[in-house]
Order: sequence, then structure tokens, then C-alpha cells
Amino acid sequence: MIRLPEFRYYRPKTLKEAVKILNSEGEKAVIVAGGTDLFPNMKRRIQTPSVLVSLQQVKELHRKISYTKINGDQEKRLVIPSGLTLSEVCENRLIRENYPFISKTTSSIATPLIRSMGTIGGNLCLDTRCTYYNQSLEWRESVDFCMKAPEGKLDIPCRVAPGSPRCVAANSSDTAPLFCALEAEFHIVSQEGERTIKPAEFYREDGEFYLNKKAEEILSEITLPSSENLHAVYLKLRRRGSFDFPVLGAAAVLKMTGQKVKEAKIFLNAVSSAPIEVLESEKALIGTELEEEKILEAAESARQSAKPFDNTDFYPHWRKEMVGVLLKRALLELKSRKT
Amino acid sequence: MKKSAALKSSAKQIITLNVNGRVYEQALFIHHTLLEVLREDLGLTGTKHGCELGECGACAVLVNGEPVLSCLLLAVDCIGKEITTIEGIADENRLHPLQKAFAELGAAQCGYCTPGILCAAKSLLDKYLRDDSRAVKPLNRERIKEAVSGNICRCTGYLKILEAIELAAERLNLLQNDPSQKILSTVYDKEK
Repeated sequence: MIRLPEFRYYRPKTLKEAVKILNSEGEKAVIVAGGTDLFPNMKRRIQTPSVLVSLQQVKELHRKISYTKINGDQEKRLVIPSGLTLSEVCENRLIRENYPFISKTTSSIATPLIRSMGTIGGNLCLDTRCTYYNQSLEWRESVDFCMKAPEGKLDIPCRVAPGSPRCVAANSSDTAPLFCALEAEFHIVSQEGERTIKPAEFYREDGEFYLNKKAEEILSEITLPSSENLHAVYLKLRRRGSFDFPVLGAAAVLKMTGQKVKEAKIFLNAVSSAPIEVLESEKALIGTELEEEKILEAAESARQSAKPFDNTDFYPHWRKEMVGVLLKRALLELKSRKT
Repeated sequence: MKKSAALKSSAKQIITLNVNGRVYEQALFIHHTLLEVLREDLGLTGTKHGCELGECGACAVLVNGEPVLSCLLLAVDCIGKEITTIEGIADENRLHPLQKAFAELGAAQCGYCTPGILCAAKSLLDKYLRDDSRAVKPLNRERIKEAVSGNICRCTGYLKILEAIELAAERLNLLQNDPSQKILSTVYDKEK
């Protein structure tokens, strides 16, 4: 039996209580939501926090998905509490009917067993992944660890890109690029109060310090934009259809006026430490009616800009080629749905 | 338990768990998973340990009817919840329709993945029996495949496993397969 290392365990019941504990415990405390990523990492001694703060009992994070009006705004916005499981989000009627692409994306994460434990907040804050990081302790010891090393081990170079000043572990969250492209809002709570951040600013291009979030801050809710005239898709490339992290993901969100693309947001994941926006591809689509040559142009721009590292399954040059293929498929899917 | 007090790993805590309708009061380490507690403290070894990292589904059990991985769930987080393991699926001496179908079709080869698969399949059928609003898609081969896609069978007896779940679903009048497909119960139940 592979056992978890020992830790002190808090199970706060309210957000107020949770942020208070996180504030007093400081950096050594780690937040655990569903545990489906943290516990395997702890079993393999990739992470060995001495204090865990569970969000499972926090009632504010388990409210129903519902509409809210923001600051007297006339528009109604759907709010997803971060503690809901991926199954709950996927199967929710409001999500299924108004944001079917979120249902589809969440259903592509892991397996049904993991989706009924793992939370939407946990997936959005998912640890970055790398072939030199997600290994057993013995394996990592044998190569003397990597830049994303246990505490106290300093000055270890990145094993994937030895000259790199930062860790290049890959963002492997399927929901992150979609929420970035949707321009949703993330609500973050701490002892100091609340703040709102755009997903694209939430992620950092650094595999080690991959979130613009302090250890004592909790991602509490996600507010979605209005679903009106919104066309969105997320396609995921992986080895096994049933269960795998993405080796590449492409999220495309288009806002349409009539037949014309008014706004376009395109984000890729698993090719970098943060979801990457492909501005050239977006530019290629704005003002078009999604003509095939424009789609090909957008796909080619994305292929050229992507620089995947050799740190996940499949060869990086093949993954780079697939960026164009996957984005083309994503845009063709949107085009076929539109007509 | 005092508000905001941390539970320490090194000391055991008295925890009450409801497993298969029976209440167990047990002194447990809080860093122990439900899998460790079921097998080592409660002697319920029907739940198997496979990869123990959430990849294989051998340790699947039901918590409040949802299929979960007991290897990634702390026992302390199951307080106040209803846990169902493979030992609690049959109705006393009467096998669950799924167990019956698995036995009849030989859907268990070495049997190691079977308890987890039965739990995942039971959760699926229960959703349709309850007419749960979340059971939106028709119950067919595709839906069954998806429901057990987190359970790995290394004997690779997937076809018989899927057929056995279909047979059980059919006998419970839940199956909505394409009528052109072979209906298992008409073939199998007639032969008998």
C-alpha cells in the first residue's frame, strides 16, 4: 500500500474560517479540494505539505450554480462555485443548456470516478506537469531532481531546457484555456478581502509559480459571460480517449454579429506553463465569415507560434504540427455548428 | 471536535463511518485513505488496491451513491456519508442483477477489477432507476462504456463486462439500445 505522508488536517466549514486558518498557517499550508491531483502527488512524495486545509466542508463553495446580477448590470451572469465537482458542473442543467461546451470540456477530464471527486476550482488551479516532475521519489532522486524541486533544494537546472531561467512544466488543465478564452471572471478570497481577476492574468508563464495567487488565497467562484451569440469549443489531444491529461488543447471562443466574427479568443494549453493566447490567429478570424482559407490561416499562425517542450507524452515537433490540425478542427466545428 | 482545530496525523481519532448500512466506530489515523481503512481496519477486503494513485479504478466504492476512488479519499472526509462497498451490493443472499449477469456471462476473469466495475456500474444503473435528472443521455452501450471508462481490466475482458452491464440494464428495463442491435436478454434468457 502506498501511504500518504503525515500532515495536520483542517476541515473548515466557512470561507471566513478557511482564510483565517490559511493566514495563520502561512506558506506551509496547502489547500486541498477534491484531492485527485494533490493526493497522488503526496503519495509519490512530489509534494509533502505539513498542513492541509480541506475545502470540502466549506459551505459557500458548494452552493448551487445560479444566475446573479453584477453591480446593477442588466445582464444576468452564471456563477459556478469552485467547490462543485466536475461531474456536478458537467451534468448541471443550466450549464448543459446554455454552455454545452463547458459540459463537453469537463467530461473530457480524467475519468468519471475522478470527475465525481475532483472540483472545477481544483482543475483550474491544477499543478503543472512534466516528465521530470510527475515521477516517483526514487526516479527523481536518481536524476537529482529538477528545477521544480522539493523545498531546500536550490540551484537545480531545468532538466527539459537546461538553459531556461524558469521551469517549463506544462499547464495541463482542460478548463483553464476555455475559461481564458471565455473571458470569465475568477473571484479570489483571502483574509484581506476579495478580488476579481481575468483567467488570462491568473496563469503565469512559469511551471513552478504558475498562478497569480498567494498560498493563502482561495479561488471561490467563476462568473461566466453571457452565453448570447457566444460560440465556443475546446478540443483535446491525448493518447487514450478514456483517460489522459492533454498533450495539447485548443479553445476557441467566437462572438458573432450575424454571420461575421466580431471577436475571437484562441488559447492553447499543454504547450506552455500557462494557457497561451494566439493573437495572430484571432486577428486572422475577426471580420471574416469563417471562410475555409481564413480558418487555415488562423491554424497556421497558431502552429508557427507554438513552442512545445519535450516534457510530456509524444514528440514536441509532432505536437507542434498538431497545433494547426487541432485548431483547424476546432474552428471547422464552430463553422459547421453556426450554419 | 473544536472549531478550527487541526486534526493531527500522528494521533488516532475516533471516527464514525457508515459502511453498507452498518455503523463502525473506529480509531483511525487521519492521513489514512478510505481504502486503507476499509481493508485494514474494517476487514472489508472486497475493495481492491491497484495503482493507489487514481489511475485504475480497482478501489472504486460508492459514497452517497457516487462512484469514487477510495485510494484518494480520506476516511475522515467520509464522516456522515453513506459508503457502499462490493460487500454491500447484494441483498443478503440475493445477488444484485449486475452480479448475477457478471457471473452468468463470465464477465470476471481474474476478478481483481470486478468490485470497482460493479460499483461504477451500479451507480450508473441507480441513476436511471431513480430517473435522476442527470441521467440525460439514453442508457446504451456508449453510456455504459463511458461510465466504466475509469476502470481498467488487465485481462482485457471488456466486451463481456459491457455485455453483462447491458444484460443487467435490460433485465431492469433500463436499456435504450438501437433496436437493430442484438438484444442480449432475448438471446441469453431464451437459451436458458
